[in-house]
Amino acid sequence: MTKTGKSVLLVGATSDIGRATALTYATAGWDVQLAGRNLEAVQREADDIGTRSGGQVSVHRLDILDSERFEDFVGRLPVLPDTVVCVVGELGEQVRAEKEIQHASMVMRTNFEGPALLLGIIADRFSPRGSGTIVGISSVAGDRGRASNYVYGAAKAGFTAFLSGLRNRLAQTGVRVVTVKPGFVRTQMTAGMKLPGLLTAEPNEVAAAIFTAAEEKTSRDIIYVRSVWWPLMAVIRSIPEPLFKRLKL
Amino acid sequence: MILEGWGRYPRLVSEVLDCQKPADAADVVAGRYGLIARGNGRSYGDAALGDVATLMCRGIGRMKSFDPQTGLLTVEAGAMLSDILEAFIPRGYFSPVVPGTKFVTVGGMIASDVHGKNHHRDGGFGAHVVSLRLLIADGSVLTCSRDENAELFFATIGGMGLTGIITEASFHMRRIETGWIHQETIVAQNLEEALAALQAADETSYSVAWIDCLARGASLGRSLIFAGEHATREQVLAHKAEKELFPPPKKARLSLPMDFPAWTLNRTSVSVFNEAYYRLGARKSAAPSLVHWNPHFFPLDGIQEWNRLYGRSGFLQHQCVVPEANALPVLGQILQRIADSGKGSFLAVLKKLGVGAGLLSFPMPGYTLALDLPVTEDVFPLLEEIDKVIVDAGGRLYLAKDARQSRQTFEAGYPRLASFKDIRRATGGDARFASRLATRLGI
Repeated sequence: MTKTGKSVLLVGATSDIGRATALTYATAGWDVQLAGRNLEAVQREADDIGTRSGGQVSVHRLDILDSERFEDFVGRLPVLPDTVVCVVGELGEQVRAEKEIQHASMVMRTNFEGPALLLGIIADRFSPRGSGTIVGISSVAGDRGRASNYVYGAAKAGFTAFLSGLRNRLAQTGVRVVTVKPGFVRTQMTAGMKLPGLLTAEPNEVAAAIFTAAEEKTSRDIIYVRSVWWPLMAVIRSIPEPLFKRLKL
Repeated sequence: MILEGWGRYPRLVSEVLDCQKPADAADVVAGRYGLIARGNGRSYGDAALGDVATLMCRGIGRMKSFDPQTGLLTVEAGAMLSDILEAFIPRGYFSPVVPGTKFVTVGGMIASDVHGKNHHRDGGFGAHVVSLRLLIADGSVLTCSRDENAELFFATIGGMGLTGIITEASFHMRRIETGWIHQETIVAQNLEEALAALQAADETSYSVAWIDCLARGASLGRSLIFAGEHATREQVLAHKAEKELFPPPKKARLSLPMDFPAWTLNRTSVSVFNEAYYRLGARKSAAPSLVHWNPHFFPLDGIQEWNRLYGRSGFLQHQCVVPEANALPVLGQILQRIADSGKGSFLAVLKKLGVGAGLLSFPMPGYTLALDLPVTEDVFPLLEEIDKVIVDAGGRLYLAKDARQSRQTFEAGYPRLASFKDIRRATGGDARFASRLATRLGI
């Protein structure tokens, strides 16, 4: 491994996609900053990634629902990273979210408010520096609201729109914003769900796609991990609402 | 849930329990009985099938620390050998011992005290374990090493998971200059030549023989012997570019998408394969060659789910070890019986072993022969007969492969069983931990 001297901040480091992404960066010679709510769990992943890669991994406590502390969190990082990848996601339970306002609020804040506010603060630090890459993991669920998961989907739609706006704002500054829509991924979040094989990616595959989009093919703004999702979501978006509302998807 | 081992025989119902971090293991184990830990499920028979419940340990698979100076690696027990090799070969380190597949967990390698092609020189995996953490029946986690809880340490190495749940282990990785193996192929016309060639390769790090177990008469036991060393930097740079010194793992190119019908493996198809393989190998024997680490150590990993080759009813792997003194006549007799029965398999492997470290470790100084045989009604009496020959010769069968040996065969082969049972009783393991194998053999 050759050290690159670059660093990446992973927000949501204990998720399967977060772990795989952190390892991909570390193996490529990047210093890695792992952030998550449960410091003990984050430390376990940091040890794993450090041992596997032989690279530098630091751990940082961050609660995505505690936006008061975001400024402080960013200020305390060992260095302002070159890239930030936000993998935070909480599927929640749709039916519960329909009945319990607190649950719906938690899903919305975890998937939209927290990540958007945090990336906004980081964008403000990247912008004067004139460099940096911001990667937000959004979701195909945000491409169109569906009965089965629209609370989560709406939050992800908000996040997608936020990233789009941020990209537009920063286009002239040298700061990139990349939106990743993984589609189905075999993770703890989807454990026990029946997923269609062709549409379902492994966490490693998502990590590789993130790294490629963020660091190698640097002209890409929005990616679906498996390209089959492009035409699929194009079709789903194009179904007229009078018809769409009657479908069970 | 219905569980099976790699041989897909037997298939049994066992409750499946999951564990995502070491700290959770004690809670999962509390109040349970008839429980066994399962790594990646690559033991062949019923060793990783819990009598009542089976604890899936892949979730406790993080790596913890590595010291580049000493090569000491500490991992959670569910860590996969494949991940360890992928991470460490590019950094110039190799596992001290690897079995015939890299898709095994460290916990599984310790519980089976797996051996590799270097057993005659380096011992089994257990010999390289410095310490391990063991969750025992009362819920406490003990550090076990040669100095601390030593009895439990040696019972756990090769102990088939019956002393408790291994949650963590530290072992020494060995330094390598390259990811290539400098391999020599030696042709042996018969069993006597094969044993002589393995004996002659005693000083070589890695040696193993592939046997054509359908060959008969004067050719009985004809073999190809593969002898290998980790290639030096110089040897590799003479043929390859600097950037190829540590090649990445090879992805499996083939995968068996379905169960083969049982008739596809028969005397004719296997002997055609064996003849071709033997001739191909004989042609290569002229000059040593550089072989990628992946196909050298794990040739069968190149075909995903190769166990489906034997059809829906599964297969038995019969692996015995026979003491060195009368290995030639005894192995000759076994091969003769197999050849006569016409039940030859693609995989028939012969290898020299040294002493084993644990109370129930399989290896002993002598020769080990491994055969794959499809499960059919008449294979059981055939193996029963062969087992008698092995027991009479003072040999034994490998528990990690076993699905069918009798209690008598087992007890005759493992003289330290009584001490093992004592330790198991003393730590309460006998009341809590049991695989189908343990129940079948009365361990």
